[in-house]
Amino acid sequence: MMHAIEKILAKAAGLVSITAGEIINCKVDLAGINDLYLQTIRSFYEMGGKRVHDPKKLVVFLDHYAPASTIAQADNQKQFREFCWNQGIDLLMDIDQGVCHQIIADKGLAHPGMVVVVTDSHTTTHGAFGAFGTGVGATDLAIIMMTGQLWFRVPEIIRINLEGKIPKGIYAKDIILDVIGKVGADFAVYKGVEIAGSVLKELSIADRMTICNMTTEMGAKTCYIQPDEITFSYLREKAIDNYEIFTTDSDFQYAADLTFDVSDLKPQIAAPHSVDNVSSIAEFIGTPINQAYLGSCTNGRVEDLAIAATILKGKKIHSRTRFIIVPASKNVLLEAINKGYVQTLIEAGATFVTPGCASCLGTHEGLLASGETCITATNRNFPGRMGSTKANIYLASPAAVAAAALEGKIVDPSGYLD
Amino acid sequence: MEKIVKGKAFVYGANIDTDQIYPGRFLDLTDPKDVGKHAMEGADPGFRQEFKPGDIIVASTNFGCGSSREHAAVTLKAVGVGVVLADSFGRIFYRNAINLGIPLVVCCGIANHVKKNDILTVDITGGKVINETTGVTHESQALTGYAMNILENGGIKSLIKSQYGQ
Repeated sequence: MMHAIEKILAKAAGLVSITAGEIINCKVDLAGINDLYLQTIRSFYEMGGKRVHDPKKLVVFLDHYAPASTIAQADNQKQFREFCWNQGIDLLMDIDQGVCHQIIADKGLAHPGMVVVVTDSHTTTHGAFGAFGTGVGATDLAIIMMTGQLWFRVPEIIRINLEGKIPKGIYAKDIILDVIGKVGADFAVYKGVEIAGSVLKELSIADRMTICNMTTEMGAKTCYIQPDEITFSYLREKAIDNYEIFTTDSDFQYAADLTFDVSDLKPQIAAPHSVDNVSSIAEFIGTPINQAYLGSCTNGRVEDLAIAATILKGKKIHSRTRFIIVPASKNVLLEAINKGYVQTLIEAGATFVTPGCASCLGTHEGLLASGETCITATNRNFPGRMGSTKANIYLASPAAVAAAALEGKIVDPSGYLD
Repeated sequence: MEKIVKGKAFVYGANIDTDQIYPGRFLDLTDPKDVGKHAMEGADPGFRQEFKPGDIIVASTNFGCGSSREHAAVTLKAVGVGVVLADSFGRIFYRNAINLGIPLVVCCGIANHVKKNDILTVDITGGKVINETTGVTHESQALTGYAMNILENGGIKSLIKSQYGQ
């Protein structure tokens, strides 16, 4: 009785059967390194590395500092480029490409049954494709560069069943914020999370990426959605046919099995300074907003920009609010241009910055001053996450962000889409 | 590695994330000496002045949650953290810290029983935390298994180097 996640890991470890708690060594199918972590290259050499184990399985993302805004950042990116050229790593995603997880989705690099490891905590995103995705630090990634493998503790698995019908004006972000608010930021630490239930039929690949992405904020090691027709349709669109589907045995015992009914869900918001500080947005209506922010691996997709464009078409954002938009990738930006969203949003007063991670993690392109308040469609509202530790960050759906940009304060976004 | 650590406690609450341990705006620093200058800056701006090598961080649940940044472990290593005690740890931070040779010990509820500047003696493999200031002994989880193997080898780099160094 094994879970699909366990079967993926067992195959990667060359084992027939594994159980939770066991330490196993897994072959990694795709390993990604982000430009924040030059330590990855340092650790590789410190451990006696000379040539990477398999350059075809490595991808380097220059996304967090795209483009460099300090000399130190520029120097780190320079060293990454040279490392790729010297090691024959062809998958160098330079500063024009966007956020790692969206690039992986755009280019179809994560397939069902794969083990995907990136030096980014939101690698849980790739459960949307039926892959085992997990984030690690620089030195762990350097071990993969050297050996093609990494040790893992087989996680216990929690199932989260989403049932009911999604009400109009409620988004994937509202659903996952509601779950995190109820279970807490440390609920799934060291554990794998499976998202299941009848609501999956209503959730697109973009929605699933948002939900899997945010399970990191309940501590999850990985997230998994059993591939279905929606997954297969994505795989056909990307012309991906080399994958293996694993399924969970019917008698598998989950560490916890929770059900959430979404039918009566209201728009949700996570208030400062923790992702599990969640309540209905009604509690915060009228809170003045200095900056609205739409972007990131969580909610920087075409679908998210479409919602903002619908709300802001022919209107102007509030005169005391700025609205920063960061398309998650070059593909997202191009598609948003083609569909007219960029024109609509710029005319409404939005500021577009380079596809990438931008100020989601407080490095550049839209930091917050002390005392300022931001509503953002990103993933974290920790103190200092987007600039000053004395700024206040509210997390919400793209609709709530766009509606707040329009009004200059937090509002209930329901009704703005009519 | 030292299996018994004695030091002064610095006490924090729940969900001390890696942005608080090491703010994102300093991620372009790569030299551990520079990285060490910003330890715990987001959670406790006075930390760097008061913390001495061998001192102990005590926290509630989910210490080190959030980003994968190894800088959070590098900065604590650079200031010489003796051990971190908490109810639970963010999983990537856990790996990063153990990989660099920083002992992390699970000790449930410890933050409620220790005040800042209390002197603690932590028996890392024995599963015991003695608060020398209050005289109370608390049970902790003994660090064992693969994590202990990494620590005893001086961190994962030396372990991998001995196995795979090219």
